[in-house]
Amino acid sequence: MEVKLACMVCSVKVRLKAGCSSVVRSAVGRLVQLVNRGRCTKVHRNFNLEKLRNGYLFTEIARRELQHLEKYPNAKVISLGIGDTTQPIPDNISMSMANYARALATAEGYRGYGAEQGNKELRKAIAETHYKDVLVKESEVFVSDGSQCDIARLLLVLGSNVTVAAQDPSFPAYIDSSVIVGQAGDLEDEVGKYCNIEYLECGPGNNFFPDLKGTSRTDIIFFCSPNNPTGHAATQNQLEQLVEFARNNGSIIIFDSAYAAYVTDGCPRSIYEIPGAREVAIEISSFSKFSGFTGVRLGWTVVPEELLFSSGFPVINDFNRIICTCFNGASNIAQAGGLACLSSEGLEAVHSVVDYYKENTKILIDTLASLGIKVYGGINAPYVWAHFPGRKSWDVFAEILEKTHITTVPGSGFGPGGEEYIRISGFGHRESILEASRRLEALF
Amino acid sequence: MSLAPQSISTSMISSSSSAFLSPSNLNFNSRRQNAWVQAKRISVCKCVAAPQEEKIAYKTKVSRNGNLGKLQAGYLFPEIARRKAAHMLKYPDAEVISLGIGDTTEPIPEVITSALAKRSYALSTQEGYSGYGAEQGEKPLRAAIASTFYKDLGIEEGDIFVSDGAKCDISRLQIVFGSNVTMAVQDPSYPAYVDSSVIMGQTGEFQKDAEKYGKIEYMRCTAENGFFPDLSTVARTDIIFFCSPNNPTGAAATREQLTRLVQFAKDNGSIIVYDSAYALYISDDNPRSIFEIPGAKEVIPELIIYLFCCSCTRLMFFLLSFVAIETSSFSKYAGFTGVRLGWTVIPKELLFSDGFPVAKDFNRIVCTCFNGASNISQAGGLACLSPEGFKAVHEVIGFYKENTDIIVETFNSLGFKVYGGKNAPYVWVQFPGRSSWDVFSEILKKTHVVTTPGSGFGPGGEGFIRVSAFGHRGNVLEACKRFKHLYK
Repeated sequence: MEVKLACMVCSVKVRLKAGCSSVVRSAVGRLVQLVNRGRCTKVHRNFNLEKLRNGYLFTEIARRELQHLEKYPNAKVISLGIGDTTQPIPDNISMSMANYARALATAEGYRGYGAEQGNKELRKAIAETHYKDVLVKESEVFVSDGSQCDIARLLLVLGSNVTVAAQDPSFPAYIDSSVIVGQAGDLEDEVGKYCNIEYLECGPGNNFFPDLKGTSRTDIIFFCSPNNPTGHAATQNQLEQLVEFARNNGSIIIFDSAYAAYVTDGCPRSIYEIPGAREVAIEISSFSKFSGFTGVRLGWTVVPEELLFSSGFPVINDFNRIICTCFNGASNIAQAGGLACLSSEGLEAVHSVVDYYKENTKILIDTLASLGIKVYGGINAPYVWAHFPGRKSWDVFAEILEKTHITTVPGSGFGPGGEEYIRISGFGHRESILEASRRLEALF
Repeated sequence: MSLAPQSISTSMISSSSSAFLSPSNLNFNSRRQNAWVQAKRISVCKCVAAPQEEKIAYKTKVSRNGNLGKLQAGYLFPEIARRKAAHMLKYPDAEVISLGIGDTTEPIPEVITSALAKRSYALSTQEGYSGYGAEQGEKPLRAAIASTFYKDLGIEEGDIFVSDGAKCDISRLQIVFGSNVTMAVQDPSYPAYVDSSVIMGQTGEFQKDAEKYGKIEYMRCTAENGFFPDLSTVARTDIIFFCSPNNPTGAAATREQLTRLVQFAKDNGSIIVYDSAYALYISDDNPRSIFEIPGAKEVIPELIIYLFCCSCTRLMFFLLSFVAIETSSFSKYAGFTGVRLGWTVIPKELLFSDGFPVAKDFNRIVCTCFNGASNISQAGGLACLSPEGFKAVHEVIGFYKENTDIIVETFNSLGFKVYGGKNAPYVWVQFPGRSSWDVFSEILKKTHVVTTPGSGFGPGGEGFIRVSAFGHRGNVLEACKRFKHLYK
């Protein structure tokens, strides 16, 4: 433990570190803990945060990867874990951002606060390129600094008294944020589920679409398609069932379409392709996996005007209030980049990077399939969902990491429904993907 | 695939919604105009007879969050923007000058924008591309913030969390604290503290007569008490928001005042959330960081360990104990209001009542509900803190301070009681006995200058107007000319 101490006589700052005698360190550590108990504030910890059992999944993956690197400093670790984009942003897009940035040094080009809802042109471009045929208005598009942030803001709008359903497995931010906001109830350790969350099991047995007949009503339904982590893209028919289910129950769907650009086989790219969805669904999306903006930070949320709370109050009004009060808009430079992504030149460039990752994913699917491993996903998403029947996913994760120096993500990190599965992401340099394939072939 | 045509009443609702959410004619630079439609406007809509079949608008069965129902009006600054836009529509030829929203106007120094541009370009190269960054911020920037602002104050790189701005950090801190904490704010204060508290469910209902939310402790800051609350009258709360130099009053708390505040927090086991977004505007000797206050660190006599060190024959150790979080921003320093960059400092030693470190929970929120500030913005931040960049930043701040002097001098010469302006880019002008929204409207109507009515910052702001000093020199001079004409 690190203890900050200072000599009162000579003021030299001392930190008890590895070099000090361990006896001294532990003695001081114990004293510090004793004294700290008397030095705590009287502010109670938020009990919702106590309900989070572990750290955030991807933080844990990063930690394990680092640990592994320390153990094997010469190993060439290949990261197919966290879905982090690797290919450079196309020139014309980064050039737009650079030009915008340079203009900020001029009187004509300087911009201060932007509209919290986003730059008008960008909102219009998003509405026109992503929602060309589905009547989403520019005024319904809210530009943000990314989906993970939007999920938290949406739950802040909805408050702690709503009930939530999420796919099992699913992107951990839905459930974790729900726990944080106080919607989830307690964790039932044995099953690894929060008692107030409705888990919508998605597996090969039900074609990765939940059996809605057996599903209880909740206020909110998180649904991600193409799915992270399973890679499954819901069909038109499946989404019609989902919208009908929501309408019958008076629920609100939060539809995560962050991977829409990866759809290959004609599955819907937006929930608004389904008639009636405007009155029951919010859609979130992101430039992260679409344009390599994982570090640049840009996304958006669509809240249709027709979406009303039970009192008739428009959800969009409350979302707007949160945006104005708890947020101050996405970076104007990032927004300039987003606008460039949506020009015809930009879209072409961005799609070729998406294709690159799709080819990566295909290589991984082929490799695993040739090894006799049952794989899912990968066709409409940059994730391959590999099944290891009877095995614990953290064990498989550890084995793959130890023996091939490849980081993946254990399926149970996405929920109990992910046990026995491993998620392998298709983001990486081609050589890394090919090398990873070789190593997997050697292992299995 | 096209959707079925909207039902009649839905489209009527849509059109009424569109009226207030209508595409703005404003340029990119302005705030959106939004009026918040109250539920009653929806029911008015439904009462209008539909020419064809009666179709009631579909409603979900999801109850609205009661906390948002407590908010009285829209957030203050969009309302100011809305009024400005309405005024411009009414007087299309008027040259409206904005001294309302504290929006920076001067270009960012080139040494900084070239770093922003360089990072942008680098993202299109193999070597320069980076994806997800650490949610807490890039290490070099965290280190630069620690060494620039918190040197020798017991704060390290690991205590710094880079963000996309103080406003966002305030809400993230509120998420950490949860709904079961009590909070105190200065009155008047930056509206995000109170509003985020209402949203989180920490408050009671709005009390119309007092113009205050239940369960919030409002610490009155007036001319009479030197804009520092009488702590003997303040009830204990878990959290104390304190902004110095202050928005809107411009008051910078003295070392003595902050020492009392820290002692108050320690005695009560409270946590201070100290907003130092305007620290670089301080002209005199007042503390720029809460961590300058020696009372925040103390000797704990129970823990005296005798050991040997190289320069003395014995060492007496003491623990550093903290009661404060500090939040700050590049917005008003570097003109990053649109670029979006700020930071929050949470010392590792700041603990909840059960001993759990506050920083650990904040880190969890930052990893789960956030994904880091834009890497390009962070590159700009690093350039701001380089010697050349920091010098340039001080020049821009100096420019705005000169603006402030001009405004202070103007109102002084007109015989007004003027506060602030010395340590902050805000001038707090008193209009005794008058409603601040009335004064705001009068100034807007008669001089076409936008200001901010004091009551927008809390009931303690009634009778005051905040004039912000961000603007081109020409506009500030012109505005002052118009003030002199109006109030001569």
